Amino acid sequence: MRGLKRIIATVGVMLTALAAAAAAEMDMNEYLFGHVLDSYEWHITKVNGHDVSIALPVIVHSSETGWHCFSSRHLEDGAVWEGFRIAEDGRWDGKVVETLSDGTVARPLDISITKTVLGLMISSALVLVLILCTARWYKRHDACKESPKGFAGLMEMLITMVEDDIIKECIGKDYRRYSPYLLTAFFFIFINNILGIIPIFPGGANVTGNISITLVLALCTFLAVNLFGNKEYYRDIFWPEVPTWLKVPVPLMPLIEIVGVFTKPFSLMVRLFANILAGHIMILGVIAVIFLTVELGPALNGGLSVVAVLFGVFMDLLECLVAFLQAYVFTMLSSVFIGLSRQEPEGN
Amino acid sequence: MSLITPDFGLIFWMTLIFAILLFLLAKFGFPVITKSVRERSEHIDESLRKAQEAEQRLSSLADEQKVLIKQSQAEQSRILKEAAATRDAMIAQARSDARSEADKILADARLQIAAEKESALRGIRREVAVLSVSVAEKILRKDLSSDAAGMELVEKMVGEAKTHKTS
Repeated sequence: MRGLKRIIATVGVMLTALAAAAAAEMDMNEYLFGHVLDSYEWHITKVNGHDVSIALPVIVHSSETGWHCFSSRHLEDGAVWEGFRIAEDGRWDGKVVETLSDGTVARPLDISITKTVLGLMISSALVLVLILCTARWYKRHDACKESPKGFAGLMEMLITMVEDDIIKECIGKDYRRYSPYLLTAFFFIFINNILGIIPIFPGGANVTGNISITLVLALCTFLAVNLFGNKEYYRDIFWPEVPTWLKVPVPLMPLIEIVGVFTKPFSLMVRLFANILAGHIMILGVIAVIFLTVELGPALNGGLSVVAVLFGVFMDLLECLVAFLQAYVFTMLSSVFIGLSRQEPEGN
Repeated sequence: MSLITPDFGLIFWMTLIFAILLFLLAKFGFPVITKSVRERSEHIDESLRKAQEAEQRLSSLADEQKVLIKQSQAEQSRILKEAAATRDAMIAQARSDARSEADKILADARLQIAAEKESALRGIRREVAVLSVSVAEKILRKDLSSDAAGMELVEKMVGEAKTHKTS
């Protein structure tokens, strides 16, 4: 017990020293959004006042000068390179903008490998390796004679859980057609969520907490639902089984149904994005307590630091749960929506 | 707010990367795994069913065996009983055969004895006749020349002898 107290006290003192060393004046806005938003470089830490970061390629297409590709190092601290700079305020705050020959500022077509894109690539590669390694086990062994152990066994457990408990339950008889997409979505979201919790490179990129990512995922589900919907599904949208006066002359119910077609994937998009973003901001907020209480003196700062660390551990564990839960929920709701689009007419 | 406005570049990369990921995993990843797992679970179901069938067959086999044993036991006792009956019958047969044979032999012996006795009696009778003839001759030789009465006697005797011979 005395040892534990000493450790906590030491940690508290160390954290206080660290916090004091960091800028006493802390820009919360930059701190929070710098971590959750996309950026052109992968900032890791600051050592002795120098930023340690990974430079990433900026790929832009200007309407005047065509394609440009250069390192994000050239754009550090508001520098201008080949007519491009990172806007510091205004409409395109934090994005690469171009000063055209007539002096106007425009946004070029921007497909830079940003922090989120790199994070996306890393996590996708990881998912690919994990799944293909598992698949390789099945190619090399006769699954009827032995069952996988260790890593492949764990992956098999996860895959069968998702397939049997979510996909098969929600979609019904022709679930096999959709299961590769839904499994891919599950593992993609899960791995990205988990990597997002790890604070340093290669984790830490806020991939699934970015609305562009969830937009594409939701769009995939939208396409899976609406491209392969059966006759019954479309009849339910345009001619639902409600009293006729709700359908003609004013197509009230069809209108609501059509809105519903879009709100379902929209809710998927926002749910995943908001949950992961909120989780990141919560953890960042808890950690920020350490730095914000520097002014209150070493004793209070140390005590609150210990509390912040303990609460941070709790939040991290909670985020691990949320990481799994959100992947599960996204897959399950996608399955439910797909299942609804493949319903058989009642009475059959 | 760049927080909730989708960014074109990111959507572009996400679409590209996710499409590649989906393609690769849907072709080489998940179907391989799910197919194997499905095959295995089918194999397990099949094996369980087969094991149950085998067990049933085994138990029915044991029943059959019991029935067979019972049947063979019944057969055995039946054969034993039959054998005993046959043996008894054979002994009885032999006994009666022996008895009838003995009876026949006895009857034959009796007949032979009777015949012997008859022939013996006949011999004795002939002997007696010869003796009596010789006795009568001796008597006659002494008395015949004397009288007519003697003649009469002779005739009577001859007659008697004749009847005796015919009987």
